[in-house]
Amino acid sequence: MSKEGGLVAETQLELRGITASYEHGGLVLNDVSLTVGKGEIISIIGPSGSGKSTLLRVLVGLLKPSQGTVLLDGDTIDYDRRSHLKRVRDRLAIVFQQFNLFQNMTALANVTVTPTKIRGEAKAAVRERAIALLRRVGLGDKLNAYPDELSGGQQQRVALARALALQPEILLLDEVTSALDPEMVNEVLDAIRGLAHEGITLIIVSHEMAFVREVSDRVVMMADGAVVEIGPPAQIFDAPQTQRCRDFVGKILKH
Amino acid sequence: MHYTFQWGVAFSYLPELLAGAWVTFHLTFIGFWTGLVIAVFLAVGQVYGGPWLRRSISTYVVFFTNTPSLVTAFFIFYGLPEVGILWSPYVCVLVNLILNAAAFLTDAIRGGVASVRKTEMEAAETLGFSMLQKIRYVIVPHVAKVLYAPISNLYIVFILGSALAAIFGVEELTGTAFNIAARTFRSIEIYSITAGIYVIMTVIASTILALVGRWAFRVKARIF
Amino acid sequence: MGTHGLSQFEIFFTWQNALLWLRATGITLSMAALGCGLGFILASLLVYLRTWPSLLLLPVRLLVVAYVEIFRRIPFLVLIFLVLFGTRAMGLRMELFWVACISVTVMATAFIAEIVRAGYESVHRTQWESAAVMNFGRLRTVLLVVLPQAWTVIVPPAFSYFVMFIKETSLASQVGVYELMQTGKYFNNIGVSPALSFGTTLAIYFALSYPLTRLGWRIERRLKHRFRRPGGDDGLPTTRVLAGV
Repeated sequence: MSKEGGLVAETQLELRGITASYEHGGLVLNDVSLTVGKGEIISIIGPSGSGKSTLLRVLVGLLKPSQGTVLLDGDTIDYDRRSHLKRVRDRLAIVFQQFNLFQNMTALANVTVTPTKIRGEAKAAVRERAIALLRRVGLGDKLNAYPDELSGGQQQRVALARALALQPEILLLDEVTSALDPEMVNEVLDAIRGLAHEGITLIIVSHEMAFVREVSDRVVMMADGAVVEIGPPAQIFDAPQTQRCRDFVGKILKH
Repeated sequence: MHYTFQWGVAFSYLPELLAGAWVTFHLTFIGFWTGLVIAVFLAVGQVYGGPWLRRSISTYVVFFTNTPSLVTAFFIFYGLPEVGILWSPYVCVLVNLILNAAAFLTDAIRGGVASVRKTEMEAAETLGFSMLQKIRYVIVPHVAKVLYAPISNLYIVFILGSALAAIFGVEELTGTAFNIAARTFRSIEIYSITAGIYVIMTVIASTILALVGRWAFRVKARIF
Repeated sequence: MGTHGLSQFEIFFTWQNALLWLRATGITLSMAALGCGLGFILASLLVYLRTWPSLLLLPVRLLVVAYVEIFRRIPFLVLIFLVLFGTRAMGLRMELFWVACISVTVMATAFIAEIVRAGYESVHRTQWESAAVMNFGRLRTVLLVVLPQAWTVIVPPAFSYFVMFIKETSLASQVGVYELMQTGKYFNNIGVSPALSFGTTLAIYFALSYPLTRLGWRIERRLKHRFRRPGGDDGLPTTRVLAGV
C-alpha cells in the first residue's frame, strides 16, 4: 500500500477475512480485510458497536477470530501458538480506552516494569528512557505518583509512555480519549500528534474526527463489524463513496 | 500400613450415625433459631437503646465472640452443678450454643442495621413515614437482603460447631461416632463416614438456604 | 470437699503453675500460627493452580475445588480425630502437637483458599489483560500485578480467620494436647474449682483474642484506603483462554 505523497511502503500488517463472534453467538467482526504499510497512520472510525475496538483486541491476541488470517511482515500469525502470540505482543503495543495502568505501581514503575522484568533489559538504561518518555508526555514531575493520584488525562499519558517504552513497531490506540473529560482530550492528542512524524505505524480507533482527519494517511470506516469504506481522509470525509459512510459522516459533521 | 480397612462393617453402622445426625439437626435447628430471635432483640437494643443497655449487650457480645465455645461449655457443664443447677448434657450444650450463636448473630445484625443508608432513611422521612413504617419498608427489607448470606453462613458454621456436644456425652453425630469407634475400633472408617455426613448435611442446608434466598429475598448466593 | 476456699488458692497460685499456663498459651498460639501460616502458603499455591486454563490440568483443578469444598464442611473435632487415626494407621507415630498442627493446616488451607480466590477476583480482568498483552505470563502477572492488589482484600479476612482459630485450637485438648483448654481441665481435676480453672482459661483466651481482633480492625481500616479500583472495562468480548495467558 502506498502513502499519500507517492512514497511506497512495504506491507507490514495484513488482515484477511477476519471474523469473530461474541461468546453467546452474534458476529462482532464480519469478514474484515485490511492492509497496513510500514510507518502508515491508519484511523478506524464508525458508530458504536461497529467492532473497531474488537479488531484491535484480535490483533493483540485478546480475542480469537473464528475465521481469517493475520499476517505480520508476511508471516502468518497462529494465535493458538504461544510462541507466535509472544512474538506479536513483542512487536505490537496497545493503549486502552480505560488506561489500565497497574494500580499497585507508580507511573515510573508502570513504564519500566515490562522492559526490565519481562524483557530483561538493563535497569539503568530503561529508567532513563522511561523518564525521558514521561517528560515528553508532560509528566516529568509525576514519576512517583500512583494511578489513583492522577487524572484521567495524566493516566492515559502514562499509558502512552508505557506503550512507547516497549519500542513497538505498531502502536494500537483504542479510543484513548473517549473516557476522558473534554479538557484533558487535547493533552493526549498532542502527545499522539508528536508520534505522527516518527515513522512508527499507528492504528488509531477514535471519535475525534478533526484529529483523525489531520493525522491519518488513510481512514477505515466500519459498521456492524464490517469494513464499509477505506480511503484517504479527503475521500472519507468530503466525498464518501458509499451511502453508509455518507450517512455516518453526515451525522457527525452536523456538529 | 498396619491397618486393614473394613468399610463394610463401618457402613453397617450408618443407621446409628444417621440417628445421631438427626440429633445434630434438631439441636442446631432449635439453637440457631432461638439464638436468632434473641439476637434480633439484642441488635435493636444495641442500636436504639440507652447507654446502659448498649454497654451490657456489647459486653455480652464481646465476651462470647472472644472466647472458645468449648470453654464456655465446660463452664456451664461443670460450673452450674456447683450452684445447684442440674441440667442434662443436651440442655447444657443447647444453652451454650444459643448463647454463642446469639452473640455472633447480634454482631452480624447490628452491622446490617447500621448499613441502612442515611439517604434511604431521609427519603422515608420526607415521605412522612412513621418509625414503624420506616422499620417495615426501609430497614427490614434492606437488612434482610444484606444479612441473608452472612447469617446463612453462620448457620453452617453452627452446624459444624455443634460437634463439641460429643465431648459432653450428647449423642449427636460426632458423639455417636465416638461411641461406635470406641466399640468397633474402626476409627478411620467411622470418622470418614461421619465427615461425609457432615459434608452432605451442610451442602443440603446451603442449597436450601440459597434457594430460599433466591425466591424469598432475591439474594443471589453461591452454593459452591 | 470442705477444703475449698484457702487450699484451692494455695494449690493454684504458684510460679510453676504460672509457667504451665505460659507454656500452654505458647502451644495454643503456635498451633494456630503454624497451621494458618502453612495453610496460607498452600492455599496460595492451590489458587494459583486453579488459574491454569489448560485441559491437562483439569483433573487437578477439580481436585482443588473438591478439597476446598469438602474441608470447609467438616467439624474441626472430627478432622483432628481423622488425622490422628490416619497418621497412626500409616505408621507415623508423631507427637499430638504435630497431629493438631496438621489438622489446623488442612482446614486453614481450605478456608484461606476461598479468601485468596476472592482476592484474585477483586482484581479487575483488565489488569490481567494489560499484563497479558505485554507478555507477562501467568506467574509474573500474579506476582507483580494481581497479588499486590489482592493483598488488601485477602489480609483482613485471613487475619480474622487466624484469630478465630486460636480459639478453635481448644478442641485439640480432646486428643490430649496440653494447650490452654487441657490445662484448665487439669487444674479442675486436681481440685481447683471450675470457676478458677476454666475462668483462667477463659481470661487468657480473651486476652489473646480481643486485642488481636481490634488489631485486625485497624489493619482492615488501613488497607481500605490503599488502591482505588480502576474505572471499569469496555465490556468487550474476550476469549478467556488468551486473556489469561
